[in-house]
Amino acid sequence: MSQPSSSGHAMPSDGHDPMHEHQGSLRGYLTGFVLAAILTVIPFWLVMGHVMPNKQLLILVILALAIVQIFVHIVYFLHLDTRSEAGWNMMAFIFTAVLVIIVLGASIWVMYNENVNMMPMSPQYQQHPISHQPTSNQPPQ
Amino acid sequence: MLEAMPHRAAIWNFLFGRLTLNSLPFLANDAEGHILLVTLAVVVIIGAATLAAVTKFRLWGYLWREWFTSVDHKKLGIMYMILGTVMLLRGFSDAIMMRAQQAYAFGPHMGYLPPQHYDQIFSAHGAIMIFFVGMAYIVGLMNYIMPLQIGSRDVAFPYLNNLSFWFTFGGAMLFMVSLFLGDFSMAGWLGYPPVSELQQGPGVDYYIWGLQLSGVGTLLTGINFVVTILKMRAPGMTLMKMPVFTWTSLATSGLIIATFPVLTATLFLLALDRYVGTHFFTDGFGGNLMMYINLIWVWGHPEVYILILPLFGVFSEIVPTFSGKPLFAYSSMVYATIAIMILSYLVWLHHFFTMGSGADVNSFFSLTTMMIAIPTGVKIFNWLFTMYRGRVRYTVPMLWAMGFLFTFTIGGMTGVMLSVTPADFLLHNSLFLIAHFHNVIIGGVVFGVFAAVNFWFPKAFGFKLDEFWGKASFWFWLVGFWVAFGPLYILGLMGVTRRLSHFDDPSLQPYFIVAAFGAFLIALGILTFVIQIYVSIMRREAYAVGGDPWDGRTLEWSTSSPPPDYNYAFIPVVHHRDAWATMKNLGFARPQGGYNDIHMPKNTPTGIIIGALSFACAFGLVWYIWWLAVASLLGVVVVSIVHSFNYHQHHHIPAGEVSRFESVSNQAAAQGASA
Amino acid sequence: MNTTAIDTAPPAPSDYFSLTEAPPRNGTLLGFWIYLMSDCFIFASLFACYAVLGTEYAGGPTGADVLDLPGLALNTALLLVSSVVFGFAMLEMQRLRKGAMLGWLAIAGLLAAAFVSLEIHEFLTMIADGAGPGRSAFLSSFFTLVATHGLHVTLGILWLVVLMVQTLKVGLNEDNVRRLRCLSMFWHFLDLVWVGVFSYVYLVGVVR
Repeated sequence: MSQPSSSGHAMPSDGHDPMHEHQGSLRGYLTGFVLAAILTVIPFWLVMGHVMPNKQLLILVILALAIVQIFVHIVYFLHLDTRSEAGWNMMAFIFTAVLVIIVLGASIWVMYNENVNMMPMSPQYQQHPISHQPTSNQPPQ
Repeated sequence: MLEAMPHRAAIWNFLFGRLTLNSLPFLANDAEGHILLVTLAVVVIIGAATLAAVTKFRLWGYLWREWFTSVDHKKLGIMYMILGTVMLLRGFSDAIMMRAQQAYAFGPHMGYLPPQHYDQIFSAHGAIMIFFVGMAYIVGLMNYIMPLQIGSRDVAFPYLNNLSFWFTFGGAMLFMVSLFLGDFSMAGWLGYPPVSELQQGPGVDYYIWGLQLSGVGTLLTGINFVVTILKMRAPGMTLMKMPVFTWTSLATSGLIIATFPVLTATLFLLALDRYVGTHFFTDGFGGNLMMYINLIWVWGHPEVYILILPLFGVFSEIVPTFSGKPLFAYSSMVYATIAIMILSYLVWLHHFFTMGSGADVNSFFSLTTMMIAIPTGVKIFNWLFTMYRGRVRYTVPMLWAMGFLFTFTIGGMTGVMLSVTPADFLLHNSLFLIAHFHNVIIGGVVFGVFAAVNFWFPKAFGFKLDEFWGKASFWFWLVGFWVAFGPLYILGLMGVTRRLSHFDDPSLQPYFIVAAFGAFLIALGILTFVIQIYVSIMRREAYAVGGDPWDGRTLEWSTSSPPPDYNYAFIPVVHHRDAWATMKNLGFARPQGGYNDIHMPKNTPTGIIIGALSFACAFGLVWYIWWLAVASLLGVVVVSIVHSFNYHQHHHIPAGEVSRFESVSNQAAAQGASA
Repeated sequence: MNTTAIDTAPPAPSDYFSLTEAPPRNGTLLGFWIYLMSDCFIFASLFACYAVLGTEYAGGPTGADVLDLPGLALNTALLLVSSVVFGFAMLEMQRLRKGAMLGWLAIAGLLAAAFVSLEIHEFLTMIADGAGPGRSAFLSSFFTLVATHGLHVTLGILWLVVLMVQTLKVGLNEDNVRRLRCLSMFWHFLDLVWVGVFSYVYLVGVVR
């Protein structure tokens, strides 16, 4: 039942000495930079060069590249791994990522449904009585 | 109040913004003015008496050195508890005014509160009870108990802890100032648009900036506690050997980190709408007020679990202690806590089933809401099985725990009723809902706080609280709660909606009179609690106890009562769950010598200075006194930078001093053990 | 007291205390990381607003009308280079080469200052063209999200200046190294958020 206190995040020995903690290397930063630059140039080129006519697909590609680039930043610049701080950095990141996805995804889902169900659709309501500007001209989602 | 007085010179407008003599509602010659005038007189008299007493007994220096600038988690914890109690009195006077109004305002009688005053009262009641009573109490409890339970000398960031308190305090003061300067929000405790967008004047701005200040304080506390628990546990205390209160503190702090930023952002957007003219939640220009309701509940639902989880931890300490048994199914308690923490982030839409999300969205959130009752039910059974075949001692903390089990379980079941979407369409915004959430918040949070105060008070002050007045307080609260909120359940099922200051149907009046009587019983419960504290202080010599008055199970009972500044002369080494209970069983011996110098953080005035400047900034924003807002914001930046140039923020308690204190407390501990 | 055999080899009573003082454990880096995670939720709320309100033009300009992609490309490049340069400064810090570190830090700070200036210029141009934050919900959410990021960068620059002064004054002591590591995380984190901003707010905003 009592292990000789080997299981330890709470042990004093894991106190991180910021002077000697090894983080990052020139090679790592340069790799990250090149990858991030490539992943930035591609979506700019796609949009500014009007390469893809299919808007839905284009948006998905942009978002996918952004997510890949975010991971590049996390690995090469923020040096997130499972070892630092006994894994708590990674744990905090996963917790945050899951809840951020919930907030974003569920908010969009909920609000989309509410807009569909609750927004008056017939033409005489398109111009909102309180608004001073016409709210028509809604582009397709 | 919106326009500055036309004849005022420009310089006055610059100096005082929107603040004019018309902003003093207690000068008005109507019922509202008279009520406020009397309140103001009482506040001034009590305040002046307190200040005079502090001056007469020459306590200013002591308070400043030992309390206001203290970075000791124990003192900050006590200060949070005092803040919570003072704000409880304020919030409860709002409650009793509402109950009195509703018991009286039928048919031709309009009651004594005009609607716009009634609206401010229910808004202030809700916001104060959640932010400055509930949050202050749970942060105070976690501050005091958690570092002791993990065998630590302090929290990870002691200075930040002090700063958090003063942010919270500044927010509370802003709410108090709103009583006598201008008005308060009429938009309910969550400040829904369009009311919060359309109400002119300072009311909603008080609400926004008061909550922003306390929200920042709470967020910093959450970060502080997570790091404390993860990094500063005693050697050998692995995660699964942590006391359950520490577990729930960890879960609550995690939720604070994940939700309070959402509140900050949402209120910030509301402020932008009001101050800058953006269109997030407006009615027009593409704004969408449903987005506010969505975002505020992303924070709001986890918030109720932030409030209740630490109290689940409290009961998980009290029930085993007074049953003389280890907690039943510790692991399932831990997993249930984690499950609640994650699930609480997936249920927020059940607060607006009726807003029109459609059947699929509603079904999803209805199911998650029902699911969250499962881990909560696991906990209830764990407490019951802990008591089963134990030697239950019916002390005051245990009475509160049993009152909680009974009351909270019923509150939880009415919550499951509300999670059924079709039922919610009938019960939404009715008094049934009011009864439900008071049932879980009073039955859970308030009962838990009283249990915790009775349980840990001897640890904090070295003497027990009076049993008789404690029991009186418990019974008044328990009976008072059911008399006050039972009728509201019935009225809610009859379709009576919330937030009404007047009713036409006289057949409803008896229910409201019974509810008002219940509120009166609760008032007696608060009064007897105050008497309990007073009587115990008077008899503190007779009620004095040693380090371990209840035969406790966790580490905080192993040190003296009250604990020394450094908590533990030697850091404990943990081998088992319920570390202190095992240590007692194995006949541990307190080391009698060989003390070391102890490294402790120094007190700092930076926290209270930044708190005061932030309050000034918020006040300037509320009244459009721009020079004050800008100057104090710059002041915050400058003070923070100056603080960071001080690299010597620690001092040593010499071993000789530790030795002197420990010899005294060793004697006291020996007496306590024999008592 | 009776000693119950709970364990095969119960620890001696004296094993329940650590008789020597442990070195203080510092949680600042973990705490700062957790602060950054909490900041993610502020940005998540603002992104959610942009996702919901970003097509509510209220008859006003759309993303394609007002968003300046060449300027955005320049800004993105500035921030990315600044991020890498900050990494170089951290490498010099590990070798305790104070002068080189301060040099790289100054470059990183100047790049970020250029980023903020360009952003302010972009905002002023848009407002002058009648596309200010009060024009429509789309523009409200655009300005708020981008300006919140810009405000973070501005505070980062202020913090950078303070830390450079402190390093000059007291050298690379343990406190300053720790603070520089925190600022480094902050800097890279803001670049990471910017990936979301330029992809979702600007590029997707122009396309849809």
